[in-house]
Amino acid sequence: MSEATSSSVPRSPGLPPGQSPDDLEANWRRTVDRSTRWPVVAFIASGTFWLIIGSLLALIASFKFQYPDWWTQQAWLTFGRIRPAHLNTVIYGWISMAGVGVATWLWSRLLKTQLRGRGLQLISVVLWNIGMVIGTIGILAGYSRSIEWVEMPYAAFAFIVPAMVLVVASFLLTLRERRVQHLFISVWYLGAAMLWGPFLVMAMLLPIYSGVPEATANWWYAHNILGLWITPMGLAAAYYFIPKVIGRPVYSYHLSYLGFWTLALFYNWAGVHHLVGGPAPQWLATVSIVFSVMMIIPVIVVAVNHHLTVVGHFKKLKYSPTLRFIVFGAMSYTSVSLQGSMQSIRSWQEITHFTHYTIAHSHLGVYAFATMIIFGAIYYIMPRVTDWEWESPRLISIHFWTTGLGVGAYFTALTIGGVIQGLQMLDPDIAFLQIVDSTKPWLVVRSVSGTLMTIGHFVFAYLLVRIMMRSGTRSDGPTYFRPAPAGIFGSRAGDGSTEETPSVEEIEERPGL
Amino acid sequence: MTRSILIFLGAFAAISMSFTALALLPRLQLATVEPTPGTDAYTYEEQLGYEVYQREGCLYCHSQQVRPDGFGSDIARGWGRRGSRPGDYVFDDRHQLGTMRTGPDLHDIASRQPSQDWHLAHLYQPRSVSPGSVMPAYPYLFEVKKESQVRPSEVTVPITPKYAPPGDSVVVATEEALALYEYLMTLKLEELDQSS
Ligand code: HEC
Ligand code: HEM
Repeated sequence: MSEATSSSVPRSPGLPPGQSPDDLEANWRRTVDRSTRWPVVAFIASGTFWLIIGSLLALIASFKFQYPDWWTQQAWLTFGRIRPAHLNTVIYGWISMAGVGVATWLWSRLLKTQLRGRGLQLISVVLWNIGMVIGTIGILAGYSRSIEWVEMPYAAFAFIVPAMVLVVASFLLTLRERRVQHLFISVWYLGAAMLWGPFLVMAMLLPIYSGVPEATANWWYAHNILGLWITPMGLAAAYYFIPKVIGRPVYSYHLSYLGFWTLALFYNWAGVHHLVGGPAPQWLATVSIVFSVMMIIPVIVVAVNHHLTVVGHFKKLKYSPTLRFIVFGAMSYTSVSLQGSMQSIRSWQEITHFTHYTIAHSHLGVYAFATMIIFGAIYYIMPRVTDWEWESPRLISIHFWTTGLGVGAYFTALTIGGVIQGLQMLDPDIAFLQIVDSTKPWLVVRSVSGTLMTIGHFVFAYLLVRIMMRSGTRSDGPTYFRPAPAGIFGSRAGDGSTEETPSVEEIEERPGL
Repeated sequence: MTRSILIFLGAFAAISMSFTALALLPRLQLATVEPTPGTDAYTYEEQLGYEVYQREGCLYCHSQQVRPDGFGSDIARGWGRRGSRPGDYVFDDRHQLGTMRTGPDLHDIASRQPSQDWHLAHLYQPRSVSPGSVMPAYPYLFEVKKESQVRPSEVTVPITPKYAPPGDSVVVATEEALALYEYLMTLKLEELDQSS
């Protein structure tokens, strides 16, 4: 790469009259943001559409436990089809598509260059959505492949895999034109996710598995889609937004490298803990347990970096929606990962494996961590790519509390219910139907909290539609939950954003800004 | 530039290693596993039932893996006389090991519940034989028709009065329901020589 392009933001000595270097930088950033507009909006909007579909499917699945004889005449509404449809829409539709939208914006911003391959990205959105429609209808119509986490028929992946490859292509084209020398840690995570995600999907679609080896491949895959595709996107966003909104660098930049490499090396071995005590060769499960426990290292590292960056700035959570969602997500990441390391241990699995406890754990991960971080990131990104503001802080607040309290209740209820279920299952004197009975109240709590979360999703979708249509009045500053005291976020007039505009030297040293 | 290549290579190496170890090696290691006694290739009808089982997602509530002695209480519960072995699955081209036990493990269901009447009634309406169950009913795997129209080759399912269709209608199993029953009857763990 030549000297000229690898230097930072262009700073010609001959500035236009009346412009300071800071203005230039702000203008440049705006150009970069706007270059991502259509792909980012398209990905985020599509993701949100699938979130709504996925939530409705989830509610049907959940209420079926209270009303098992409700909607049983229609084959496509049976629990065993609705549930995989829920999983696939929220994982490949919501988290993946909205995640790619967020990742794309971050990628351009952090490489300080306009997004390349915008056309490729737009084609990708279209293909991806077609794939999701085929996949969702396919599962409901009875064409599930019946492999957990890859239930959608091949025809769906025939669209989704090329869509992923197009996104990667656009990322590579953009990377080539970068105008920074230093790659911020979020870039590492995103770049790696763009390698891992497509690799995983393609490897799992190979028609070479059957029997018990298929099960090990299956859980290698399913756990890695979480750990090497969704998690890096979430962490990349958290690493960028927490320091950005607070206005202070990442606590320890060196630790973040350690966190990255330990995640890369340990996480992908952890998946087969799903098969502890099963018919898989025991060395596999043992290896997985060891690496699951070793995951404590990257988790603590990331926790230190995220939480110690926030310490002393908690009052900012009162104002900034982005920060509030993302700090909630980052805290959940720490909890879910530590929980994951603990529950891979045999004596713990003996109780909780096969129970609703696992479902609670999944939602702590994909919801309280990943989904909440993506929400937070979208609150930051959309105003910058649409040049518009969120209509109503009040609605954002409703969104936060319904989803936050909802997932909290969801997790608590199923964790307790799951442990009871697990302990009862270990006692052969307790009849199975009695165990079923004792889970029922906890499943009611899930339906109630799921309803709350779904209401939140509708509120969010409404806000998104409003900002996309540029409805309401354009405000002249960022949307906070309540008026923020002057200077708390170090915002500068005129930029319409919370950004500080640090100098180049500062960027090199404090890449978090 | 070099930095980004390093990250790329590192990330690639990490995932390739685990892919080889966790997805490919088990395949080689288990390639030569012999089927356990009693494990046979599926007949046409059993295969159809196996596909219905997958299509309806029984997997999401039922595991098919009995835990071995000393881990959990599966054997004490009567869910099988031994833990499951890789050889039990050699003819499964879609593993149905499962991760949830919202319902009981089914890997040895044929030993503890061989009755066709029970299974068909249970599939038609689980609560007719297991009050309080949360298992979905599968009425679309059955036909309700007038008793007089039932052909001799068809299988009528006895249903308790509370859930039986009104009047002189009866419940008749479709081909798919019967196939599903046949498939369930393949789920049987026979004692192994060395473990007895
Ligand atoms: C929503 C979860 C759920 C789904 C989906 C489900 N089941 Fe069940 N199943 C249960 C529960 C709970 C029980 C225990 C109570 C009972 O006997 O109904 C059970 C019991 C059983 C039993 C009796 C087990 C025993 O030990 O007596 C069989 C056989 C069975 N299910 C087969 C199936 C088949 C076949 C399917 C798919 C067509 C299926 N189940 C789908 C929840 C489910
Ligand atoms: C609207 C709120 C939601 C509700 C009510 C809900 C409900 C459910 C239900 C009922 C199941 C099946 C559990 C079972 O088999 O017993 C499930 C599974 C799952 N859901 Fe959700 N869900 C919600 C949101 C989400 C979101 C947003 C995501 C992802 C981003 C998600 C990811 C998953 C995953 C990964 C599983 C499979 C869990 C496992 O097998 O361990 N859910 N959910």
